[in-house]
Amino acid sequence: MAITVTVQAAEQIKKKLAARAQTTAQSGLRIGVKGGGCSGLSYVIEFADAPRAHDRVIEVDGVKVYVDPKSAIYLDGTVFDFETKLLQSGFVFKNPKVKSACGCGESFTPAV
Amino acid sequence: MDSPLLDIVEPGATPTKEKCPVSPAVGIDLGTTNSLMAWVQGGKPRCLADVDEGSAMLPSVVSYAEGEVLVGQAARRRALEFPHQTISSVKRFMGRAPNEVPPEIRKLYRLAEGDSGVARFYLKDRDTSPVEVSAEILRALKSRAESTLGPITQAVITVPAYFDDAQRQATKDAGRLAGLEVLRLLNEPTAAALAYGLDKGSQGTFAVYDLGGGTFDISILKLIEGVFEVKAVGGDTQLGGDDFDLALAGPQMDAAQKSGPHAVQQLLQEARAVKEVLSDLPEARLQGRLVTRDELEAAITPLVEKTLGSVRRALKDAALKPQDVDGVILVGGSTRVPLVRRKVADLFGKEPLADIDPDQVVALGAAVQADLLTAENAREDVLLLDVLPLSLGLETYGGIVEKIIHRNTTVPNSAAQTFTTYADGQTALDVHVVQGERELVADCRSLARFVLRGIPPLPAGFARIDITFAVDQNALLSVTAREQLTGISQTVEIKPSHGLTDEEVERVLLSSFEHAESDLEARTLLSERVEAGRILQAAQKQLVANGDLLEPSERQAIESNIAALTLATKSDDAGTIHLAIEALDHSSSDFARRVMERGLQRAMGGHRASEFA
Repeated sequence: MAITVTVQAAEQIKKKLAARAQTTAQSGLRIGVKGGGCSGLSYVIEFADAPRAHDRVIEVDGVKVYVDPKSAIYLDGTVFDFETKLLQSGFVFKNPKVKSACGCGESFTPAV
Repeated sequence: MDSPLLDIVEPGATPTKEKCPVSPAVGIDLGTTNSLMAWVQGGKPRCLADVDEGSAMLPSVVSYAEGEVLVGQAARRRALEFPHQTISSVKRFMGRAPNEVPPEIRKLYRLAEGDSGVARFYLKDRDTSPVEVSAEILRALKSRAESTLGPITQAVITVPAYFDDAQRQATKDAGRLAGLEVLRLLNEPTAAALAYGLDKGSQGTFAVYDLGGGTFDISILKLIEGVFEVKAVGGDTQLGGDDFDLALAGPQMDAAQKSGPHAVQQLLQEARAVKEVLSDLPEARLQGRLVTRDELEAAITPLVEKTLGSVRRALKDAALKPQDVDGVILVGGSTRVPLVRRKVADLFGKEPLADIDPDQVVALGAAVQADLLTAENAREDVLLLDVLPLSLGLETYGGIVEKIIHRNTTVPNSAAQTFTTYADGQTALDVHVVQGERELVADCRSLARFVLRGIPPLPAGFARIDITFAVDQNALLSVTAREQLTGISQTVEIKPSHGLTDEEVERVLLSSFEHAESDLEARTLLSERVEAGRILQAAQKQLVANGDLLEPSERQAIESNIAALTLATKSDDAGTIHLAIEALDHSSSDFARRVMERGLQRAMGGHRASEFA
């Protein structure tokens, strides 16, 4: 298993990186999880201008996505996608390990 | 499970999600006679208007007759037909052993002691506990409010100031069983003061006289610059409007009892109605007997005088005279009785305040508190100090109580005292935690007992054991004993001897699974409706703002899906609504992409997004 970044997500990341002044050739996206939130863990989705030591790097369509090793465990099997709906569009973690999420869905409890 | 749609943020800017922005936290007045729910909307607390048959008040009555559970007026009507299977005034049983409930109330039910001494109700086809009955009331309030407010998860629940740990714990358990996170238990008089204090900017010293259906509380409060401090509390957990009904029905009670429980319930209900009528009229008939207001007043005068005794004691505790009090707040439906208003006015030498509905003021105050606890920009300048209703102490040698934290101490609070051994070579210390005002252990309520072992063998009086009592903001207690030399320590989470055992909690949780499926269904339907409402609004807004991006045929498709979804929201089937949402989503996704492209182009000053690809 691994983490999959869809082509749609990569395209959007590319656009958003391009719209940013500080973007360099090293710049990419950092995805991960961190503690907190009412259901245990919440997702991180930030720009990253350089990788950190031990990061795993996923490259799709020339876009770099960085994941720290611990987050990679929680995100194993996840499809990172971009969805467009009428109400809003945005990135989505499709994580098979999530067994429950809080009311707002922004934090979650992974299955053991 | 999919996450919601997210956006990218700058490094390190991921927001910390301590609390989720869900539906409002509500305030609940879980009363002996009636229960109410309120929440803050637009900065103003308001009670949920139509909780039960058009009234904001849900009668705290639960009926288990004929295999179904009814709450409120519907249950009250069943009380006459099924007196043994219909429970009212359940609050009087919370955290109580059967023999701690007054006999007049007790004899209306078939009771037994549960595993931990707490009363249980024996019904025809099942038995149940006060906690479970209260949870039914909370669940009814919650589900009726959810059709207006969306899913409710957090609440502040009020309790009488006099409630001890067992009663508070039982109230918390009921909240949990009803699927609510109890943010805080709030003393009822403190809630009333909060409703008045914050809404009206009152300052000074106030007395809150709260005479409800089953409990009487008096609190002396100081309001200074928006800070509340409770100076003293007093009252009686077994005195209220129910007792007025009993007093009024007294002459006819023997005859009713001979005719059975049906007649007793009937008589009490009619006595309640007659009492209310006598607030406006000089006379009325109770089952044929002519009763005048004078007679009612004569019958209840001893009860009202009893409340005034508590008021005087509380004033004394606060080192105040009646004339030092700037205002008296009336709370509870029983304060509508003219005699009560007159007597209270006489004692304080001024007319009491009653501009907020005395039935609603506690729930409104609880809503204000719930809002303060959950608001994004929580107002830290509003500090709410509660006081301990009863002293907490330890048993010392000879069955004497050593008080560690005295009554009327503000909470949260902690206090420590050093104890020693009384026998040579003593290696263990029996720590017995009690609650009450009496000096002998036998006269106080036993809360918990544990043994600290591993004390080094020393001559009597040489060992040093620090015992710390910590009371949290819900007035719940933890006790730690620590031997100074070795550092061995033990902490006890107070399990009130009249609370629920683990087995009982387990059992009630298991039985709550009965409701799990219907709860989930209701919840799913509500959230689909909310989602439908949001997407319909967004779709209509985009059609107006960016409708020019659409071909007529595309527009028609979206509009027909909007119509279909609007129709689907009227359905009671979550799946139907969900499919309609998906259909609208699907037919409009191309439109959404064009709207986004347009937005992006504007943001990039006219460049095409594809130039960056």
